[in-house]
Amino acid sequence: MTERGDDRLLLVKDLCKSYGGLNALAGVCLDVRLGEVHAVVGENGAGKSTLMKILGGAIRRDSGTVFFKGHEVEFHTPHDSIRAGISVIHQELSVLPKMSIIENIYMGRMPSVMGGVPWKRLEKRTIELLGQVGLDINPHLQMNDLSISQRQLVEIAKALSKDSSLIIMDEPNSSLSEHETDTLFALIRSLKERGVSVVYVSHKIEEVLRISDRVTAFKDGAYVGTVESASATVDDIIRMMIGRELTREYVPNSSHGPVLLKVKGLSGGGFEDVSFELGRGEVLCFAGLVGAGRSETMRALFGADPIRAGEIEFEGRRTRFSSPKQALQNGFAMVQEDRKRLSLFMNLDIMANIGMAQLPRIRRGLAVDRARLRELSQRFFAALSIKARSAYQAVRDLSGGNQQKVVLARWLATNPKILILDEPTHGIDIGAKSEIYDLIRRLAGEGVSIILISSELPEVIAMADRAVVMHEGRVAATLPRGEITEHTIMSYATGNIGGKPR
Amino acid sequence: MGAKVERGIEDGPGNLRGALSRLFQVREMGVFIALVVLVCLMSFASPYFLRPLNLFNITRGMSNIGIMSIGITMVIITGGIDLSVGSLLAVSGMLTARLMYGGMMPWLAVACGLGLGLGFGLVNGLIITKVKVTPFITTLGMLSIGRGLSYVFATGLQGAVASNIPMRDPGVNFLGGGYIGPVPFPVVEMVALVLAFSWFLGNTVLGRQIYAVGSNEDAARLSGVNVDRVKIFSYATTGILCGLAGIMSGGLLSTAATNAGEGNELDVIAAVVIGGTSLAGGEGSIIGAVIGAAIMAVIRNAFVMLHLPVFLQTISIGVVIILAVAFDSLRRGKRR
Ligand SMILES: Nc1ncnc2c1ncn2[C@@H]1O[C@H](COP(=O)(O)OP(=O)(O)OP(=O)(O)O)[C@@H](O)[C@H]1O
Ligand SMILES: [Mg+2]
Repeated sequence: MTERGDDRLLLVKDLCKSYGGLNALAGVCLDVRLGEVHAVVGENGAGKSTLMKILGGAIRRDSGTVFFKGHEVEFHTPHDSIRAGISVIHQELSVLPKMSIIENIYMGRMPSVMGGVPWKRLEKRTIELLGQVGLDINPHLQMNDLSISQRQLVEIAKALSKDSSLIIMDEPNSSLSEHETDTLFALIRSLKERGVSVVYVSHKIEEVLRISDRVTAFKDGAYVGTVESASATVDDIIRMMIGRELTREYVPNSSHGPVLLKVKGLSGGGFEDVSFELGRGEVLCFAGLVGAGRSETMRALFGADPIRAGEIEFEGRRTRFSSPKQALQNGFAMVQEDRKRLSLFMNLDIMANIGMAQLPRIRRGLAVDRARLRELSQRFFAALSIKARSAYQAVRDLSGGNQQKVVLARWLATNPKILILDEPTHGIDIGAKSEIYDLIRRLAGEGVSIILISSELPEVIAMADRAVVMHEGRVAATLPRGEITEHTIMSYATGNIGGKPR
Repeated sequence: MGAKVERGIEDGPGNLRGALSRLFQVREMGVFIALVVLVCLMSFASPYFLRPLNLFNITRGMSNIGIMSIGITMVIITGGIDLSVGSLLAVSGMLTARLMYGGMMPWLAVACGLGLGLGFGLVNGLIITKVKVTPFITTLGMLSIGRGLSYVFATGLQGAVASNIPMRDPGVNFLGGGYIGPVPFPVVEMVALVLAFSWFLGNTVLGRQIYAVGSNEDAARLSGVNVDRVKIFSYATTGILCGLAGIMSGGLLSTAATNAGEGNELDVIAAVVIGGTSLAGGEGSIIGAVIGAAIMAVIRNAFVMLHLPVFLQTISIGVVIILAVAFDSLRRGKRR
């Protein structure tokens, strides 16, 4: 920590916040210098988002002090915090789904010229902002029509538009591909040059070390320590985060059973002529840039979206599911990418969320068999180490990573034959992630076939028995285990076959 | 369900303090206490209030609203709304009366009346799910259509305009106005239905799916829930319950009226909302709705007992609606 107070922009001391008995924050500290990129790391439920929400004025602290620009401050509303010069990109995106990008960026601060909104000017400014985050789309599009990564980029653009002196990013790139993350990092560096400070929350440790000047770790709502990024290693950070070493290696096996699923020439909204085969007990990864049509393909396969053409052969029979319900009954399961919009029942409890896809199968007569439901959720509570007060807590009150674990639990609980995972480790901390990788491996070993969509290259390289790379809605390559490298994937994913990645 | 732990009783070891504090976390506790306070105040204000006769009058008077609020609670939990309940009550009652008047066997006429309610509910559900007209518009239209049809059943397409048709049959009259010992039969019906449907919502697969649909429709569909079927079920159940209410109110008065149940939709929605069900969907309970209906019934009765002017009654019900919801949102806001 710095001794002199002058170059400190933000100083947080002994901040506490509890939610009815649970201490989300039990005395955390943080100091951020002018023009510094300061990363905050910690396990799921460590209290990172809680701190950022307090700094953004979304919730109130119980005790502790916050100094900003040398003055003690307390933000009662988000408006206070924005006016002081802080803008926050929250982990759970807060978009206005039926309004345009322009309106989303300027909502609450719409300028008016003689009683009217100067749309032309805002449009021009929005296009500029979108350009800065590398988005080339029509600013009049509705948020509803954007992919989750595009929505994330719009949120970043919105934070930029406020000209703040401190920008807080709570897992800003959880839905971004490597390429988009590079754009984000370039942006962060240029912010830094302009003297803007950035607080950066992430579970991707390598990235954290790459972009930040210093790293602070929290554990169980308490401050652990701060280190200079230049002199720290990934293992140092992990040790601070989880208090122990982590063995990080996964051994893919390429011996798998007979072909279980054959997809031929599948076409639909956002994908064209997609063919692949999946063996029993195989882990097939789908790599590609965000927007390459991977999620769309899988959603169609799962019966959630219509199929225009193509054939699906499952267990030797021609099949096509008209609804997710049918897919589920045939042993398919799919973890969706956008957990808030497509997966979670925010106001229902954890047990209901885990059991929802299984309800018709765990009943006695008319009634749901509560004992079995409880037993089921307890099992996954332990297996995925979900951090919550009890299985009866509303999912809304869980930390982001724990919400993701609940979604995983729902689909693992269905005992699927084919498990489709769309970015399953979004927002999950590095310790839990390796547990989930082990779990996926074990399932594959038991004969479950797994389709893993991932934009994280290390994840693909670690997990894949084979990899399908998609580019602009089409299959660019199917790579056997031996050929899966960062370089080959990126070459095919960007369309520069054989050439250097962009 | 919702932010608080609904089924907390099963949670963890049962010590008394934990059990008590969980009891007070239950959503319905607030309205229930309000009802008890109201009853206590009234028992001091009027010596007649606590007489069994008066209490049974109150509960009988609210039984129609109570029964219809069962269905509409489910509809609102799915995230919908049903404005047609009052009209469905009238048209089902009127059809039953017309058929009986024309000489049909009473039980068959009753079955036809219930069937008509069910049919209307099904049509509501089908239009909402398959044609994708919003629930507000669909049921607003049905409010008009149902009311109009009740005139058609009363009058025929030509001839003198009638507004009442007699409905005399011991069985049907018992349904709406009978007694078992000192207890009015409609009260027995209401209590039985409330218990049955509360169990249904809390314990069956379909019941839990109703909450899931209201909480996040996309997530429900992707979790294998047949969303359309869940919605249609809620509207159809509301329809048949309105049919029952229509036959009961005809049976009570021995006559079916074209203006029966006029404005009931607002009373029913008020009851549901006072009971803590959110119009945004995903949470709520039938018990709460019935307690809400009871609060309104006690207030109405109070104004009669204390000889206060009617307009004050209307005003105070409005105040109660807003207070109840404000209380609920304050309690939630505290958690931030
Ligand atoms: N509204 C709430 N009610 C009750 N508990 C809450 C609430 N919000 C957060 N918590 C709890 O506070 C703790 C810290 O949550 P927080 O969201 O800050 O974690 P996090 O460090 O951001 O984790 P993640 O990496 O998973 O995003 C968690 O255990 C969470 O369950
Ligand atoms: Mg978080």
